[in-house]
Amino acid sequence: MPDTDDCPWHHTAQGIKGTLNVEVLQYEFMQNAIIAGLLASIACGIVGTYVVVKKIIFISGGIAHASFGGIGLGYFIGINPIMGALFFTLASALGMGYVTRRTRLPEDTVIGVLWATGMALGIIFIGLSPGYAPDLFSYLFGNILTVPSSDLILMLILDAAIIGVVIAFYKEFLSISFDEEYSTVVGIPVETLYLLLLCTIALTVVMLLRIVGMILIIALLTIPAAMARQFTHDLRKTMILAILFGIVINFGGLWISYSLDLASGATIVLLGGVALSVTLLVSKIRRQRHNHIISK
Amino acid sequence: MRVEEVVSIEDLWVYYDGTPALEGINLIVERGDFLGIIGPNGGGKTTLLKVILGLVNPSRGKVFVMGQAPGKNRYDVGYVPQYNPFDRDFPINVQDIVLMGRNSPSRLAKRYTQEDKELMQKALKTVGMLHYKNHQIGKLSGGEQQRIFIARALVRQPKILLLDEPTSNIDSYMQTEFYELLAKLKDEITIIMISHDVSAISIYVEKIACLNRQLFYHGSGEIEPEVLEDTYKCPIQMIAHGTIPHRVLKEH
Repeated sequence: MPDTDDCPWHHTAQGIKGTLNVEVLQYEFMQNAIIAGLLASIACGIVGTYVVVKKIIFISGGIAHASFGGIGLGYFIGINPIMGALFFTLASALGMGYVTRRTRLPEDTVIGVLWATGMALGIIFIGLSPGYAPDLFSYLFGNILTVPSSDLILMLILDAAIIGVVIAFYKEFLSISFDEEYSTVVGIPVETLYLLLLCTIALTVVMLLRIVGMILIIALLTIPAAMARQFTHDLRKTMILAILFGIVINFGGLWISYSLDLASGATIVLLGGVALSVTLLVSKIRRQRHNHIISK
Repeated sequence: MRVEEVVSIEDLWVYYDGTPALEGINLIVERGDFLGIIGPNGGGKTTLLKVILGLVNPSRGKVFVMGQAPGKNRYDVGYVPQYNPFDRDFPINVQDIVLMGRNSPSRLAKRYTQEDKELMQKALKTVGMLHYKNHQIGKLSGGEQQRIFIARALVRQPKILLLDEPTSNIDSYMQTEFYELLAKLKDEITIIMISHDVSAISIYVEKIACLNRQLFYHGSGEIEPEVLEDTYKCPIQMIAHGTIPHRVLKEH
């Protein structure tokens, strides 16, 4: 671990500590942070809804962590680690999906193994790369304040790809999420579509790397959708609500991390955890009141 | 002509890892039959249905569904799978579940048409659940859910309806109502139903076969106790077919 002076988020947050006001919005890094939060929330809301209703959280965690291999690869061959992560994560999502379906090993065993294998590859690649990996920590723990403009364009493209796929295969994704066996019977290519769904998770992971970092990605894939499920039983509305909750969590976390000079990724995730607890409590009270009225 | 034979199976063998699940099955199902297949758990009932659906390939033997290889004519076969506990909070409503039945390989990435929606309404009407079309599936009772899954099979306008343990999630007092629905359907559709529970096969079932890796087919006559004992390998309840359903419990 580097000492605090080497911490990238610490540097960035230092000069503006305690100066949260409208002026801060003039800074380019702040505008970028807001746009990045917005774009990431769209991907999280849509893809996270499938992750939560189809209960594929563990494989999503595996894909997220295996992305570290791609970051390492990016450093090793000297390209933008995000581009390295993009291709590596897509490949590992396809690999994980295929192997979990086709081997006789239990699914969670395969995921566990590939999860660690991807990370191990990343460590080896970084070790082999010359020099010091300057912003390694921002990929591990995220820093929404250091998202460069070039990454915003990539995020926009990835969002468009995700939305396009989900619009095209909306009825099929709903079908395979609810009942895979029946989907097979009526001739839906279940395995191919499942792999495609995993690819959208991989794209979302890449978008979230800069924001909350590899280790915390799974939180943004699950929390907004889990919150949204408390309020609706319609898949489309769940997605829209999840996007809105994602925006609130991202912006709120960003604001708190500024004011208190905390790591932005971790603050966003913690705020999400608190927000989810609140919605769970609210929906429990609502249900009790509802039952109370019925019993009267 | 094979036209009247909706399902014809000749010397069918299925092996799982070298262990036979089905041994030398011969079965002919004619148009308009209401066939009940009973047998113990692990006796190969679901495997037999999956062969007819084209989900499991025969290791040996010939299988024809409507004169074609299984899986070739997906729209002819409606399938109501064994009850599978699902997430009761799953965000899907009744009409979206029934519409699932309108999918096929050629309909990939296309929207549901007006015709799909009309067929969905018709299927829900047949099972008496039309006014539940906007309800979330988890809010319905077991019997109501089963009706929805039957509607999902009917929306394909099938010629054959396959039901796997259809009464397992229905309270016993609701089962009569359920069989009345099937009796109404059988005028237009050939029905094959499997169950491990002998008492689940009611008077509405016209033909009965017993399956425990081998198939003992009995047509419409009554089942001899010896045959059931051969199937289950232990003395079991007997059913007799008549105007009133009654069971004879044989002494153990």
